[in-house]
Amino acid sequence: MKRGFVILLIAAMMLGLVACGNTNTTNTSQNTQNTAGTASTSENAGKTDNSTPTDSAAATDNSTAADSSAADAAEPVTITYCNFNASGGNEATLASMYEAFHEVYPNITVEIETVAYSDYFTLMQTRVAGGTAPDCYELNIENFASYAAKGVLADLSASDTSKFNTTALSAFNVNGTQYGLPGNFSNVVLFFNKDLFDQAGVSYPDSSWTWDDVQAASEAIKALGDDYYGIYAPITYNEFFKVAAQFGGSLLNSDKTMFTINSAENIAAAQMMVDRILVSNVQPTSEQMGGMGDWDLFESGRLGMIPTGIWAFNTFTDACDFAWDICVEPGQTQKATHFFSNSLVVNASSEKKDAAITWITWLASSDESAQLRIAAGWDLPAINNQDVLNGYLAITPPENRQAVFDSLNYLVVPPIIEDYSMMADIITDKLSAAATGTMTVQEALDAAQSECEAQITLK
Amino acid sequence: MKQSKWKSIPFLLPSLLGMVVLSLLPILIAIVLSFTDWNGLDKLNLATIQNEFVGFKNYINILGSAEFWQVLGHTVYFIVLYLPLAMLASMGIALLLNKGRKGTAFFRIVYYIPVLTSWVAASLIWKWVLSSKYGIINNLLALVGITGPAWLSSPVWAMPGIVLASVWKDMGFYGLFLLSGLTAINTTYYEAAKVDGAGKLTMFFKITMPLVTPTLFFCLIMSLINAFQLFPQVQIMTEGGPNGATRVVVERIYTYGFSYFKMGFASAYSWLLFVIIFILTLVQFKLQNGWVHYES
Repeated sequence: MKRGFVILLIAAMMLGLVACGNTNTTNTSQNTQNTAGTASTSENAGKTDNSTPTDSAAATDNSTAADSSAADAAEPVTITYCNFNASGGNEATLASMYEAFHEVYPNITVEIETVAYSDYFTLMQTRVAGGTAPDCYELNIENFASYAAKGVLADLSASDTSKFNTTALSAFNVNGTQYGLPGNFSNVVLFFNKDLFDQAGVSYPDSSWTWDDVQAASEAIKALGDDYYGIYAPITYNEFFKVAAQFGGSLLNSDKTMFTINSAENIAAAQMMVDRILVSNVQPTSEQMGGMGDWDLFESGRLGMIPTGIWAFNTFTDACDFAWDICVEPGQTQKATHFFSNSLVVNASSEKKDAAITWITWLASSDESAQLRIAAGWDLPAINNQDVLNGYLAITPPENRQAVFDSLNYLVVPPIIEDYSMMADIITDKLSAAATGTMTVQEALDAAQSECEAQITLK
Repeated sequence: MKQSKWKSIPFLLPSLLGMVVLSLLPILIAIVLSFTDWNGLDKLNLATIQNEFVGFKNYINILGSAEFWQVLGHTVYFIVLYLPLAMLASMGIALLLNKGRKGTAFFRIVYYIPVLTSWVAASLIWKWVLSSKYGIINNLLALVGITGPAWLSSPVWAMPGIVLASVWKDMGFYGLFLLSGLTAINTTYYEAAKVDGAGKLTMFFKITMPLVTPTLFFCLIMSLINAFQLFPQVQIMTEGGPNGATRVVVERIYTYGFSYFKMGFASAYSWLLFVIIFILTLVQFKLQNGWVHYES
């Protein structure tokens, strides 16, 4: 090999380096967050453009349009909508929702773009910065606060929010301004393996249980054999902020001006989570998991209980060859249940805000859209119309599907701040140090508190 | 001669244009951004850059943070383990494939398959290979009475685990370069040596090794640059864990830029990484005179 050639090749490689570090993210977009949200099943769906009806002269379509006041004499308008939630299986459901919408609002044509979750947020960030963001789009809760704080989202306070579940709606209200509408909705319940409870001779969990009851049951199940475990609750930020609420704690004070990560309540909550692994070992260590996922462990029939999202229903129905059911998650001093929701937002610099608001409001809260969503088993619509939601109860397993709705009474909203992802990462880091025993729980939460105070400015 | 150079421009233009627009321009913009507090969402124009200009603050903050040195340390630890292993394994493959035995063509393909595999797929496979309980490595070790480590869930063994996966994936790539280096060696050298009564080992160390050093040098620098950009395998196999033991520089760049919306800070991070790699590459170029033999 000649010297000149070697130098040339190496120069080309070095150039590639900086370019990769800054702009090329498509190959590095595996998400770092523990997104317990509903997108977990959308890993490898490619970018799929939904076909949109081409006849934009729809304003002259048919007479049913006259029923709708919004459609009266309106100019035809075409808006763009970008989402990740439909990728990986629900593209067709979204398309049929749009067809139903277009019948009511023939003047509004929506160009739908569905992008896989793993690429979505880098893409959206680039498009927002480049001034080419769609008129309306979807954001998960981690990104919502950052976008809202940076002034790129339109104020939706004028939209019709009468059909929404108020708790879900409040998650996207920042200091009195509604920047997003809850597009869908999932929550977390306690799943349990009935067969293991029978073998251990313990009665099934119900909504009256506290974590003390769970601990006793877990120990009985653990006693069934070496590879049996009572419970698996990940030691992560997402799990922690909820358990903290169950112990009466919180990560921020009520007006979000101070971190309260190392409060006595929070320490008690984290201590319980960590002791399950390090003291009673009713929850496996990562070595004992040996690379297995928590759902896999439950499906293998060796795990008694797992608090996880209702998006596990279909998977567990297919994969579990034992009887299982759910109940409202146990609490301690009070009950608190997770909820995950993705927000639908409107681009602040869009020139077609009204049409965009009409579309996302219809998509998120109309009865027609909600019925299509429920029929497809695609999360829950964040609405308050119980009649529509009842269709959801008819499906089994689990027998006790009512627990999904009972859980709604105890929803906790994640503590939304501008630097949400950073706070979540810091807390997860310190908690995992506590879970492996390299720090005590007190040390871990003290460290998380001081690191959050140092890195994050609360407004 | 001069004329033919100009004539080649139209043919070079498509890829050159792509390189300028998609690589060179972003690189230059990244320098500017590294002196700002840009959040990655505000519209990027001159006014934004002026308003958010912070001078060397990003660089000072990074160099003054324990985190930077920690993730740099992890990256260097990876490189120290990875480089020698990768070079040895690639050289081994190249030597085996150079013998011209039956089935060589088949094995050339086999060794190259990992190179073509995406890191996502490869990492998922290696997660299971390295599983402390169910993994093939620990089960093989158990056969000879050794209790394998917890690999990816142990702060000590996680990085060596990632090194193993990386060597497996890359050895076919560098092996191919080394193989072409080996085949380029003029066989008359060996014939002459044979006549002089040289043994196999002598021929290897006195003829093969010196003549393959330019290729080896090239592979070494390439793998060093690539190794500093270590990211996808870590992200999938350990997500930087356990306890941050495998958190590396590029992961920080990605997280700051796209998760924490500190694009200026992330740009400064990537320029620091560039400077480090640049200096190390220069050092290697200086050192090459001692051991690399170019055919004049």
